[in-house]
This record gives sequence, structure tokens and C-alpha cells, in this order.
Amino acid sequence: MKYAIMINEGPYNHQASDTAYNFCKAALDKGHEIIRVFFYHDGVNNATRLGVPPQDDRNITEKWVALGKEHDLDLSVCVAAAQRRGLLDEGEAQRWGKDVNNIAEVFHITGLGQLVEACIQADRLVEFGD
Amino acid sequence: MSEENDGKKFMFVNRRAPYGTIYAQESLEVVLIAAALEQDVSLLFIDDGVFQLTKGQNTEGVGMKNFSPAYAALGDYDVSKLYVEKESLEERGLTLDDLQHLTWEDEDDDWAEKDSIRLVSRDEVKKLIEEQDVLLSF
Repeated sequence: MKYAIMINEGPYNHQASDTAYNFCKAALDKGHEIIRVFFYHDGVNNATRLGVPPQDDRNITEKWVALGKEHDLDLSVCVAAAQRRGLLDEGEAQRWGKDVNNIAEVFHITGLGQLVEACIQADRLVEFGD
Repeated sequence: MSEENDGKKFMFVNRRAPYGTIYAQESLEVVLIAAALEQDVSLLFIDDGVFQLTKGQNTEGVGMKNFSPAYAALGDYDVSKLYVEKESLEERGLTLDDLQHLTWEDEDDDWAEKDSIRLVSRDEVKKLIEEQDVLLSF
């Protein structure tokens, strides 16, 4: 089955991203396809490469990066939600005159059209959040 | 707009009050994109989500953007199906008169102006949800 995944909550504060990660991993292990993981609302915070969680805790962003690399996943971050919350890639940082960018590798910034398109192409949209 | 649409049936389920969290505001942004991509879009308002459509919203005191005028623009995007659950309204002491009067123009009926808000019962909500291809819950 072709899945589109939507994550609406940030890391650590909420389990949504962990659960979505486990769901994606299990689905991929079973041979399903994840056509896109779309990060929206506070979910965009999962994409920061500047998080430094304690060493005895998981690093959610790095887990996504590893899974993304292993399965060539499309990890899409909504541009409007990201701008509001200070998640910028190199291009965005330049465009807005900011001195730093913070998007982790594999993640990329994109528009809401990519969420709707994923919903159109997928057999199922699975949303993680409250 | 005609009721026929080659797109998928997208329903946006709005469950939360308009302010306090950003979900309602960011939900509208997805609605507009789905409509622009010519999907068959409808909105459902249940639980505290019915407060999103109340008229006379004033956010001055909380310093947030009053985005409620955007609901009146939905008709222009061919979004003409705004389902409001009757029980959710009643449980909050609200009636249809407390909500904005939202309309759309029916291309197939000589551009007649029609009401966008459709009151539905909790039982009807279950049926509506079953009919959808994509459910986005905010």
C-alpha cells in the first residue's frame, strides 16, 4: 500500500513523531511504500539539526535522517509553518536575511501543495498528532 | 461549482476553538491549497470547532490575528460544503444565528447565491466521514 504520512507535533514534547517513525519503519519492513512524510504545524521542529538531546535519550531528528537515507524517503517540511517557527534552509535564511540555517540533511522545505499531492497519490493518509 | 469533481473527496475535520492553538488557522491554509488543486473539498466543524465560524470575533485582547474573515472567502475558492454538527452547536449553547452567514454562487444555477453552512446531525456526520477519500483532522 502507498502511504502518505503527516506529522503535526514537535519532537519530545509529544509522541507523535516517535509513533510516526515506528509506523514508517514497520510499513517499510512489510514492503509498503511511504510516498512522503509531511511535517506541519509544530511538526516542522522535527527538522532542526541544532537539537542536542541528552546522550541517554533518542535523537528523533537523527532517527528520521537515518531512515530517510536508508529508504530514500521524502521528508517534506511545510515552508509557511517553518518560516513562522524559525526553521530555515540555506536559501530561506538568505532570503530573509538570517545568519543561520537549521534544516537537517534529507529534510527539505516545500509547500502545502506537496501535502495535497501526496494525499491524492496515496492509498492512505495517516496523520500523527493530537 | 458543480457537485461533480474529478478530484478526491477531501474532508477537513475542525475540532478545536479558533484561538488558543494554531490548528484552525493552519487548517485553512491547507483547505485553500486543496481547493486550488481542484479537489472535492468539504469542511466539517465538530466539538469546539464550531466556535471557528462564530460571527463578531474580536482578537484585540489576545493580540492574535483575527483570521475569521477568511471563511467568507471560501465560496470564491469553490468550497461550498461547510458541515456543522448540530449537537456540537447545541452543547455549547449556540445556534445557526451565532455563526457567520457564509454563501457561495452556484454556477449551475445561474450563479444563485446559496448557503454554505449545512447543519448535520451526529449520525449524518458518520455517513459523511465514510464517504471521504482523505480525512484531515485539525
